Amino acid sequence: MKFNRRLSAFAAVTLVASLGLTACGSDSDGGGSDAGGDTGGSGGGDISVTFLPKNLGNPYFDTSDAGGKKAVEEFGGTFEEVGPDTATPDAQVPFINTAAQQGVSALVVSANDPEAICDALDEARSAGTKIVTFDSDTNPECRDLYINQATADGIAKAQIDLIADQIGDAGEIAILSASANATNQNAWIDLMEKELSANHPDIQLVDTVYGDDDDQTSFDKTAALLQAHPNLKGIISPTTVGIAAAARYLSASKYKGKVALTGLGTPNQMREYVKDGTVTAFALWNPGDLGYLAAYAAKALADGDITGAEGDSFEAGDLGTFEVDADATVLLGDPFVFDKSNIDDFDF
Amino acid sequence: MSAPTVSRPDAGLARVYPAHARPLWRRVLLTREVAMIALLVVVYEYSMNNVGNFDGPLTLYYLFLDTAPILLIALPMTLVIITGEIDLSVASVVGLSSVLVGVLHQDAGLSIPVAGAIAILVGAVCGAFNGFLVAYVGLPSLAVTIGTLALYRGIAVGILGTTAKTDFPEKWTDLAKKRIWEDHPYPTILIPFLVLLVAFALLLHFSPFGRGVFEIGLNDEAAHFTGVNVELTKLWLFVLAGAVSAFAGIYYTLRFGSARGDNATGLELQVIAAVLLGGVSIFGGRGALHGVIAGVLLIGVLASAMRLENQTVNLINIVIGVLLVLSVISTSFLSWASGLATRGRGLGPLRRRSSAADHK
Repeated sequence: MKFNRRLSAFAAVTLVASLGLTACGSDSDGGGSDAGGDTGGSGGGDISVTFLPKNLGNPYFDTSDAGGKKAVEEFGGTFEEVGPDTATPDAQVPFINTAAQQGVSALVVSANDPEAICDALDEARSAGTKIVTFDSDTNPECRDLYINQATADGIAKAQIDLIADQIGDAGEIAILSASANATNQNAWIDLMEKELSANHPDIQLVDTVYGDDDDQTSFDKTAALLQAHPNLKGIISPTTVGIAAAARYLSASKYKGKVALTGLGTPNQMREYVKDGTVTAFALWNPGDLGYLAAYAAKALADGDITGAEGDSFEAGDLGTFEVDADATVLLGDPFVFDKSNIDDFDF
Repeated sequence: MSAPTVSRPDAGLARVYPAHARPLWRRVLLTREVAMIALLVVVYEYSMNNVGNFDGPLTLYYLFLDTAPILLIALPMTLVIITGEIDLSVASVVGLSSVLVGVLHQDAGLSIPVAGAIAILVGAVCGAFNGFLVAYVGLPSLAVTIGTLALYRGIAVGILGTTAKTDFPEKWTDLAKKRIWEDHPYPTILIPFLVLLVAFALLLHFSPFGRGVFEIGLNDEAAHFTGVNVELTKLWLFVLAGAVSAFAGIYYTLRFGSARGDNATGLELQVIAAVLLGGVSIFGGRGALHGVIAGVLLIGVLASAMRLENQTVNLINIVIGVLLVLSVISTSFLSWASGLATRGRGLGPLRRRSSAADHK
């Protein structure tokens, strides 16, 4: 009886082990039939574009993906939006793999890490998918084209100019950033520090804290920041989630109107705080335009109109003609400053 | 029949060994584990036929690459949960091990095998710390490992701070993604997994140690009085969980070519979900490895198929969550139903027979 029980347990374990092997047989069969090409998006002349933002449920990427969708609908392609629920590179990789399996024409990605998703992107490229990065770049050799929202210099300078203007070019300021690994934010913070030491000697950057692009964390970090630095005159938050959380904290606190807040935000999130006087002005590009441009760039690559070489140019619908710069980069334009006078002209 | 009848109202629940009153085929086939395997086969076949590109050459390859860390950690986790304990710190140990491999390789200049060996050692120490607090100090494992979940993750992020280590030798990053045979979807990580699977299967199902594990899950006091060293068994299981998690961390690092403090955040929930889905009782005392493997692969296949259908990650999480809740409910429901059935027929001699079998 004991023997039987062991035998049956052994049989069951063997059953599982053999499952993989049987799967192997059917897989190689399947591989053969797929080569015939039945469901693959790249089968026809139809262009399929998949947007992979850093994470889903982020209003910034909702807007950029909506812009991408608009563009894809204009040129009659197939649009998909996929993404992880947390903004980590390891969570992004399965979605890149899936795009490679589907054989989509182009994948438009905002990278959570410049290096970690590279191998997955390479595999997708060898499967014939064109890779366009937007918002956050990877290493240049891992993608075909990068759509840059604005130059890092321009963004850093715009924010420093705004805060200098609002605090009278002197006093303590702090930065509330996104995650500690965020490619963009770290580059901007570097440049902001340089800009401060070069042109604004009376402004001291006393602290940089990380809200992880999470509303509650950013809110709490703002509170902690104001407690730790009683002489703080201004906060720069170069991330849309951060600035909205910081504004929400300031608007209900005794610091409202006394501590200046600027950075990168979206009009819809900031409208209330601009109107109640918590925030005077903030900067951003139009993420909708960014996604729109990225989708047209993806199409141009997939059609073979451009290869990403310097000097290539392509049409991007309503936005006009764009040219590819060095390092296969396309620049959207200068950052835009939103304030009380113009914020109602925008809805994103 | 004169044996003292201990009152066991939940006899159906606590039953570990198959009731030998039933024929062999029923004992082997009518189990949670086989049901899970059947469900896996059904979902797999359905996806092959109905999900576009699922039958492509890359699906299984990516499936194994993605689920490898979960498969690995699920092995010791199964044993831990069968003893009625839980280890929530495994994903943090993965992150810590990832960071250690990166720092030891790039800053200290050690080779990958040496850095990996140190990382596994540290993982074992992390596990031993958990095990000591749970087994010898007697603290509840849920509280202890929630604490060390934060502690180990904190150390990992603290060591590397804001940066990621990405410069690993190609030889090793390629090995993590290499296929065992060209043109087959099996990555090399399956080799250490299969070795560990055999080891853990022997340990759990075919050794006195494994019987001790089940005994502890059913009643650790009784296990103690039958000569099982409860404390030492639990300590070893946590050490194993730590060491295997650290090994998974090395794989994670090399596969993504990136050592980061936040690697594998939230992985512990996927592991525990897969283990419970595979038929292991969260109350301890019940479970088998083949069901767990099927549970891990089922989650992997579901996620893969749903991604190919362009479903959002939220919907994938919802489906896995519902499946998990159903599987937990079904255990209680099935034992309730079989209890009803037994009671229904139990007025005649049958009842005496089955209860005699129960006490054998």
